[in-house]
Amino acid sequence: MTLTPPPPRSVPTRSARVWRFGADVNTDQIVPGRFAPYMTSEAELRKAPFIEARPEFAAQVQPGDLIVAGNNFGCGSSREYAPQALKLVGVGAIIAPSFARIFFRNALNLGIPVFEADLTDLADGERVHLDLEAARIHTAGGERPLPPPPAWMREVWRAGGIVPYYRAHGRFPGVPGR
Amino acid sequence: MGMTMAQKILAARSGHAEVVPGQLIECATDLVLCHEITTPAALRMLEERGMNRVFDPAKIVAIPDHSVPAMNIKAAKMYQKLKSWVQEQGIHHFYDVGRGGIAHVVLEGSGLLRPGMTLVSGDSHTCNGGALGAFATGVGSTDLAGAIYAGRVWFKVPETMLIRVTGELQPGVTPKDLVLEVIRRIGADGANYLVMEWTGDTIDRMDMEGRFTLTNMAIEAGGKTGIIAVDDTTRAYLAARGVTPDLYTEYTSDPDAEYRVVIELDASAVEPTVAYPHIPSNGRVAGTDAVPITHAYVGSCTNGRISDLREVAHILRGRRVADGVQMIVVPATQAVYQQAAREGLLEVFVAAGASVSYPSCGACLGMHSGVLGPGDVCISSSNRNFVGRMGDPSAQIYLASPATVAASAVAGVIADPREYAPRQEVA
Repeated sequence: MTLTPPPPRSVPTRSARVWRFGADVNTDQIVPGRFAPYMTSEAELRKAPFIEARPEFAAQVQPGDLIVAGNNFGCGSSREYAPQALKLVGVGAIIAPSFARIFFRNALNLGIPVFEADLTDLADGERVHLDLEAARIHTAGGERPLPPPPAWMREVWRAGGIVPYYRAHGRFPGVPGR
Repeated sequence: MGMTMAQKILAARSGHAEVVPGQLIECATDLVLCHEITTPAALRMLEERGMNRVFDPAKIVAIPDHSVPAMNIKAAKMYQKLKSWVQEQGIHHFYDVGRGGIAHVVLEGSGLLRPGMTLVSGDSHTCNGGALGAFATGVGSTDLAGAIYAGRVWFKVPETMLIRVTGELQPGVTPKDLVLEVIRRIGADGANYLVMEWTGDTIDRMDMEGRFTLTNMAIEAGGKTGIIAVDDTTRAYLAARGVTPDLYTEYTSDPDAEYRVVIELDASAVEPTVAYPHIPSNGRVAGTDAVPITHAYVGSCTNGRISDLREVAHILRGRRVADGVQMIVVPATQAVYQQAAREGLLEVFVAAGASVSYPSCGACLGMHSGVLGPGDVCISSSNRNFVGRMGDPSAQIYLASPATVAASAVAGVIADPREYAPRQEVA
């Protein structure tokens, strides 16, 4: 599958929509096992995210929109189609108090910003601005800090994922060169 | 500061004398397990970049298991992709349909996975292999691509949760009940990012099949892997597969190793446990509610082994699956299938009115051969009961031991296996 280059990471000029989800969103809800279009096109995978759990999502989500969820986002299967589908529709960041570890590393590997923070008081459909560099989110109710990501994680985001990062540096982030 | 056994394996395989939790390391992979669902995506990534090679064909094990035998043309193409790649790259450890089965269970008994090794696979239940004293963990297709190409993967060194289990599991209570009880206590993210290290006299007495069930379910608590130190049981299991101690390295946790958390559990107090919809941590004692069921499924990498099938046969012998219940039994591998045939277990299942299917992951993830329809209620020996996992989102999935699944299939409602003593006569 071709990974499209990531959108530029800066303060967005337009506001982003918050898509609220509950706790324990699992990868089968994001892309159900039987919907994962293994040998087919990006175009099909674009239609897949939350195809049953939230059928309007794939059609309405705009590049830069944010997913704000409860604990343990992305639990279950390791299938990378789940974060890949979210990347393809341009999800700007995923913010949840905690992430399942395989999803977290898959998202990082693909260059999707993920923040461990509890913003579950935000309403579905709320318009916000995410300032990725400053790790801050601007909402109607004020400014909310996000936990600043470690430098190596920012480098992976900037590179657009672990593959472009490795190509550029010849090593994984945070690891001395061989 | 002492190290846990997981730290020691990661240190050895990343070329460090010592690693500490939180440290980022680049780790060598001793084995890479490839099935037909996630591997084609990794191969496509490599092909698009002109990186179509494998780091060491002898260290790659390819086992198609999810969508086999192919249930449609798309599945057939995935299988073809895996098979043609195996041929191109000279990968000899290829367990074709009819010679393998569910990848994790084939691998555990193959003699290829050994103590002290690192194993990755594009499958979350890779943690299964930790019962052999290896560091085995699931990754996505990007990591899998890197492992196939370079034999390396990045890790953040995890902290460890120690689970110390003492006392006897009571009759009718199995390792599956034990792990469901642990997940009930700590939650579906209770071990997030952590290694779950199992120890204690209960584990010492447990056979390898039970231990695999424990480490297999680590991911359902969010764990990075499950792991169990090598002992005589492990050594005997490996020796029976021609793997002598000179062929592997045993690592044990230091007495002063630091654990994030220690869980103490009395095995004798564990009861047959059923995880209610829609999360594996939603455990209750079996039979608390007589929930009517439409489906009963025994199988998966968690509980499709020969000991599981024997437990099911103990209960089904001389009994019938209740009218209105569809029961399927899926031996995890061809070897399990053959052994079950030798022991007459398959005959017991068929006589009881259960359908016996070929080794595959199909029903567990709602892909084929047992997909649930709207409103179906299934009791399953598998590992996940998420919304839509086994089929229609309105289906209800209850997770339990094979014994509880069998008792429930007979009762037509979720039942306590302790109330179904073995019968010898054939009805």
